[in-house]
Amino acid sequence: MTMQIMEGSIAVAETVRLCRPQVISAYPITPQTHIVEGLASIVADGRLDAEYICVESEFSALSACIGASAAGSRVYSATTSQGLALMAEVVFNSAGMRLPIVMGIANRAISAPLSIWNDQQDSIMMRDSGWLQFYAEDNQEAVDLHILAYKICEDHNILLPAFVCFDGFILSHVYEPVDIPEQEAVDEFLGPFNPYQKLDCNDPISFGMYATPEYYLEFRYEHDQAVKRAAEAFKKYGKEFAEKFGRDYSELVTQYKTEDAETILIAMGSICGTIKDAIDEMRAAGKKVGLLGIRCFRPFPSEDLRALLGNAKRVAVLDKNVSLGAKGAVALEVKDACYGMEIPIYDYILGLGGRDVRKSDIKNIVALCEEGKGDMFYGLREEVL
Amino acid sequence: MPLGIGCTARPGQSRNNKTGSWRVYYPILDIEKCTKCGTCQLICPEGCITQNEDKTYAIDLDFCKGCGMCAEECPDKAKAISMHLEEK
Amino acid sequence: MVDRKLENFDCGHRACGGCGASAAVRMILKGAGENTIVVSPTGCLEVFSTPYPETAWKTPWIHSLFENASALASGIEASLKKQGRLGKEKILVIGGDGATVDIGTLCISGAFERGHDFTYICYDNEAYMNTGIQCSGATPYDADTTTSPAGVCSTGNNRPKKDLPQILVAHGSPYVATATMAYPMDLMKKVEKAMNTPGPCYIQVHAPCCTGWGFDSAKTMEIGRMAVECGLWVNYEIENCELVSQKKVKRVPVDAYLQAQKRFRHLFRPERNEAEIAKIQAIADKNAKKYGIDIE
Repeated sequence: MTMQIMEGSIAVAETVRLCRPQVISAYPITPQTHIVEGLASIVADGRLDAEYICVESEFSALSACIGASAAGSRVYSATTSQGLALMAEVVFNSAGMRLPIVMGIANRAISAPLSIWNDQQDSIMMRDSGWLQFYAEDNQEAVDLHILAYKICEDHNILLPAFVCFDGFILSHVYEPVDIPEQEAVDEFLGPFNPYQKLDCNDPISFGMYATPEYYLEFRYEHDQAVKRAAEAFKKYGKEFAEKFGRDYSELVTQYKTEDAETILIAMGSICGTIKDAIDEMRAAGKKVGLLGIRCFRPFPSEDLRALLGNAKRVAVLDKNVSLGAKGAVALEVKDACYGMEIPIYDYILGLGGRDVRKSDIKNIVALCEEGKGDMFYGLREEVL
Repeated sequence: MPLGIGCTARPGQSRNNKTGSWRVYYPILDIEKCTKCGTCQLICPEGCITQNEDKTYAIDLDFCKGCGMCAEECPDKAKAISMHLEEK
Repeated sequence: MVDRKLENFDCGHRACGGCGASAAVRMILKGAGENTIVVSPTGCLEVFSTPYPETAWKTPWIHSLFENASALASGIEASLKKQGRLGKEKILVIGGDGATVDIGTLCISGAFERGHDFTYICYDNEAYMNTGIQCSGATPYDADTTTSPAGVCSTGNNRPKKDLPQILVAHGSPYVATATMAYPMDLMKKVEKAMNTPGPCYIQVHAPCCTGWGFDSAKTMEIGRMAVECGLWVNYEIENCELVSQKKVKRVPVDAYLQAQKRFRHLFRPERNEAEIAKIQAIADKNAKKYGIDIE
């Protein structure tokens, strides 16, 4: 293992190269740009034998991925925020067509108001699209989850597309040490793309037919079943990944000091790193606090969470998104997962549009949670209160 | 039968839908008058006119919707196709 | 050489009897030849040919959305290129006018600008027929549609057809042509030519719709011929921005073509609307002059 210090986006681009997509189709948007710039120059330099399609919009970026994937190629795209919103129709469609597309999401807030900074509203708005959604805590996870995503998606028992989400700027533009795996190891892990079915004049198939009321319900059921099966596939391939690369992804939920924790925080993405530091300080001060990090949001690990939350006295969910008029998406899922359990679950909407979240904020939230105060936006400016 | 993953299917299955039941008028092709020009076969929106080994044409009434294009376009010198009201 | 016997579009599809588009598609597939992968945007053709599992396609076919067929084609082309299949297999988009001149133009423009090797064919039935005859950018002047209805204050669609072929000529397309299903040999020959021309090619095919335009289903070919004979539809070929062929006619007034269709009947009742018919005649005259179709 060789650790290298590099920018998150470049680490992702180099990892995508190792996965050997044959077609890359993407449109630039902040803060995803460095990934596609990186891939474009990797292709231009002959370091990856791929077609880079310089499309005119995100809508076409993902549409071209559908065509290339259906024709029998491993494909990649990356986007964020408004780009993902523009793609919306294609996002749902590509999932229903059951094409194993992997797309990086450098998470960013959604307009209006316009914001180029981080939260997770963009990928969360696609939670019902039938894509798998994985969230990276740091750049190493962003790297590893890309490789794992191809493995899971291309399994003929799964056949689904996946988002690999990593926080825009906070990860995408940050330099930190990462281990970029060896080409040979990635080749052995993934193997060449083996499409389940493809557009082929020797074996003509009609793709993307429409379903009448006699069939639509069944197609949705089968899609849902495949998303659910992806949980086991994640664990299985996550374990294989650990054996091959030395980093364990056999769980959909990461645990940090939860065994004896009275207060458990639940969060997704880079904020988990801040939370861990805060937990260390709180533990030193005698507070029994732990963290569950959601690494896989779709499928949602409801059973795992129930088992892991068993001994906690209270739960604080930190959501970098909000379903306006309801709660944060993670909190809604956690409440559903824990229905019937005697455990208070509080939601804290925070960090939207790039608002910094510090260790002191985490400690404040734990205090609020202990007082039974939650289901709120945290850290609002005084003038709106 | 398992569903085609992603709503896919293999060829040949539209033939299970016998569109001949839509018909109000049905065509009769008079082989004696037919000059075997092939116009009807080429323009039929259904593709339900086939050529036999002896080069004569046949209209597959399982699929013919009775639009009348073949009768209309059959060249004046032949006028080998006529349309007749279905008795139902 | 076009193989007239090639049948890649099967019986049992659900198009209306006398459908110009389905007749055109059979001809187009003959012109395209074997080893053609077809992409269809949402529309009449997609719907009448592929209710699961009853596909009418005997050649590989894919549909994704209404507006993204040419982006799909771009991805397929890139994939075939990488697999060493491009050339042995060809890519053909067949879409309606709504998907082509309206909602799909961004994707078409992008794909043509990038120069992918594929052919895009628009079957132009001059309105959104699948959703029930709404006005599109390809709907002709004064046509009565459900969203450009003729009425006391309206004589139907108040704008002429959008000239997408010329827009794609401006993209530098090596081959842009117009054709009609009413001239099958010409149509098939043009499709064959487009499919064998490297780069993004475009053909717009006049495809009369008996249901939407209001004429007897037997008359589909005849209506198509009448459009050409009066100059409201011109068949031409433009290679590398140069006009290289046009169908010349002994032009007749537009009246007979208009009178044969319900979508223009408001121009003739309660009395003949001379002013509007003159405007339509002027469109035909302009076409004739622009493409030099008149036989003196």
